[in-house]
Amino acid sequence: MTDQRSPLILVVDDYQDAREMYAEYLQFSGFRVAEARNGNEAVDQAFALKPDLILMDLSLPGMDGWEATRRLKADASTRHIPIVALTGHALAGASEGAKKAGCDSFVTKPCLPDDLVVEVRRMLENSSQPRP
Amino acid sequence: MSPLQVRSVTPRAPVPTVDTAARLELLEYYLVHNEDLARCAQASLDWLARYCGIRRSVCLAVEVESSMLVGLAGYGVRAEDVELFSWPITENDDALIASLERTQPTTFRAARANGHPVRPVPVTPLGSAVPFTAFPLHGTRPQHQAVGLLLLRGGTTPTADLVWLISVLGQKMEQIRGRGSLAEELRRLRRERALFFTIINSVTDPILLTDTEGRLIVANARAERLFAATEEESEGRRRAVELNNMLFSAALSRTVVDAPSEARELLLVDPSDGSDLLFEVLSSTVEDPREGTGIVSVLRNITDLRRATEQIEENYQKLRVAEAAARAERDRLNLIIDSVADPIIVTDPAGATVLMNAPAEELFTVALDADSSAQRNVQANDAHFSSFISGLLLGESGPGEIRRGEIGLANPNTSEPIPVEAIAGKVMTDTGELTAVVTILHDRREALERARLYEQLKIASDELQMRVQSATAELATQNELLRRQAIELEQASRLKSQFLANMSHEFRTPLNAILGYTHMLLQGVAGELLPNVKRQLTRIDSNGRHLLTIINEILDITRIEAGKMPMQITEFNLNELVPEVMAELDPVIARSKLTVTPRLSEEPPIVQSDRQKVKQIVVNLLSNALKFTHQGGIDVAVLMDHGDGAAMISVTDTGIGIAPEHHERIFEDFRQVDDSPSRPYGGTGLGLAICRRLANALGGRIVLRSDIGLGSTFTLTIPLDAPQ
Repeated sequence: MTDQRSPLILVVDDYQDAREMYAEYLQFSGFRVAEARNGNEAVDQAFALKPDLILMDLSLPGMDGWEATRRLKADASTRHIPIVALTGHALAGASEGAKKAGCDSFVTKPCLPDDLVVEVRRMLENSSQPRP
Repeated sequence: MSPLQVRSVTPRAPVPTVDTAARLELLEYYLVHNEDLARCAQASLDWLARYCGIRRSVCLAVEVESSMLVGLAGYGVRAEDVELFSWPITENDDALIASLERTQPTTFRAARANGHPVRPVPVTPLGSAVPFTAFPLHGTRPQHQAVGLLLLRGGTTPTADLVWLISVLGQKMEQIRGRGSLAEELRRLRRERALFFTIINSVTDPILLTDTEGRLIVANARAERLFAATEEESEGRRRAVELNNMLFSAALSRTVVDAPSEARELLLVDPSDGSDLLFEVLSSTVEDPREGTGIVSVLRNITDLRRATEQIEENYQKLRVAEAAARAERDRLNLIIDSVADPIIVTDPAGATVLMNAPAEELFTVALDADSSAQRNVQANDAHFSSFISGLLLGESGPGEIRRGEIGLANPNTSEPIPVEAIAGKVMTDTGELTAVVTILHDRREALERARLYEQLKIASDELQMRVQSATAELATQNELLRRQAIELEQASRLKSQFLANMSHEFRTPLNAILGYTHMLLQGVAGELLPNVKRQLTRIDSNGRHLLTIINEILDITRIEAGKMPMQITEFNLNELVPEVMAELDPVIARSKLTVTPRLSEEPPIVQSDRQKVKQIVVNLLSNALKFTHQGGIDVAVLMDHGDGAAMISVTDTGIGIAPEHHERIFEDFRQVDDSPSRPYGGTGLGLAICRRLANALGGRIVLRSDIGLGSTFTLTIPLDAPQ
């Protein structure tokens, strides 16, 4: 199923069950998947692998998702990578904070794997056009 | 005197011997000055000096009226000696007077010559020089006393011319003196008559003497004006005079008959102007032996008197009117003064009471039979008042100045003390004289009582104010406590919301994995599933989803309560919401087998509101309708109300309905009509509570119309422009 040319999705989530569930389903849906458990790993992986899209949980131990997003968006080599924020925080201001940090899209957990794949495909299509 | 009389005298004179012409000259003089004794005598002495050479001579004359021998003329002597000479002829033993009785001349010599007792020689105008000779001057009757003496110096022997002159001078003197006395009598009578008329004419009252028939005998000028008229005078005047005579005669006859001495009034006419004249007539009868009986009447003009009487009467009437007016004024004043409740006292400058009103009388007068304490009280009151007034009277104060003072009086009958304020003013005349002092006594008891009450009121007020202050302070404390409590509650609420938010997050993380893996299994990630496994997985999925709904609803409530429900106001068409909502609930609709009929507004219902929230409400309402309806159908209607500037979406079902007493309850949190654990309908019971909160947040409301068995209609009304 893994195709060399299929998009690489970096799944960042500290909750293992959720991370692996999304990763498994994305692979099932035909994507290549890399995983990170916190902000530092996410930033390192992003610089190393240059994924096509990052699924970023915002509540992370250590460096949180907002900070990681800000770092990636601040760097020219990773700025173009779309970041879809994942959060269980449906409280007011959560999505605003994510947008401000540089997230391109925002998905509220719980999110069914099917719905997440739909959003990932949409974001990839949007970002493929302006890509150099 | 006629010349005939002179001629009748002249032939009796001795024949002139010396000089006829000279004698004629003297006689001529006598004729010319036949009235003047003194001038004739002087001319005679002048003649003697000129023709007989007698250079010093004096002529004396007997004045019968005064019985004096007086100087008449002199030659060669001092004139005043002649004029001042006066010698009484009653002195018969006097030699000079004795010589008058003689026909021969008497020569006076020095008394000392022959030792005779000394007899004084009369001092004549010739001087004291002696001897001198006195020649008696006799008239035609020598037996009578001589009419005068001619005194010559020395013992002269008379010459013929001297004898002649003595003869003619004597006759002339007698003649002048005799005629002179007659004429004098006549003149006197005439004078007296003139005087009489002058007197009666000067009397301003008419005076009349009439005979018994009323004919006028004598009238004074005033009477003549009334009772006499000549032919030349005017007809009117004559008539008036005639009338007056008639009236007077009539009055006179009555007077004489009735009461002669009594005064009567007589109305006559003034002949000069025709006006009425009123007289009082006083008549008296006079008896004269020659003229007979006459009546003297004095008319006193009392017209003016009558007029004056009338004037007096009129003035008296005026006075009476004025007096009546003054009395009325005084009565009115008294009434006013008496009607004043405060005592008023008017005193004269001496301090004596002139006037007091009834309230003052109660204080300052007492019945004679009153008991002694009342008498004493009145005396005390009087003494207090008098000292106040005397203080005012002694003090120098101008008009208009008001003196105030406090006097402690007492009620005469009860001896109750009455503190009064006395207010006194001086009443001055125009000239600044004090005429009266008016004093008003004002009972201060009421004022004192009022002051006392005011004081009490003030105390009560202060107390009240203090209480209010303390209450206010307490209230402020309470408020502060409440405010702190509110803050604490708010903090607690916020903590609760935060806790719920955290909890929901914590709930959802595992739920996410449950739902995700269930979904993946159902999607066939793990390969084809056995039918019973698939059915079991589906049960897990649906229960998981229900749990998620509950968690989401709790989260919504907490968000709204925390005020953290963000509003995103956009413009949209309400009509478009209906198919969206129906599409979202399509699986439920399909399962329910109910017909859902959209009834859209013909006019596009464009509103400015939060599209997501409105949709959430409608989803909730339709979801409820589907849940509680077992047969029939559901209408979803969109309406515009331009009058209120609002749009409405109503959801009408044919469901079980809600009893009116439960209409409010179903909007409460965690409520259903039946919230027993064994209730037949699922759900958190938070749906309508959330809907109402959302509607309120959008500036709208949800209204329920329903009854048991009659279905329900929930209507959401939102303003066309939601408040920001």
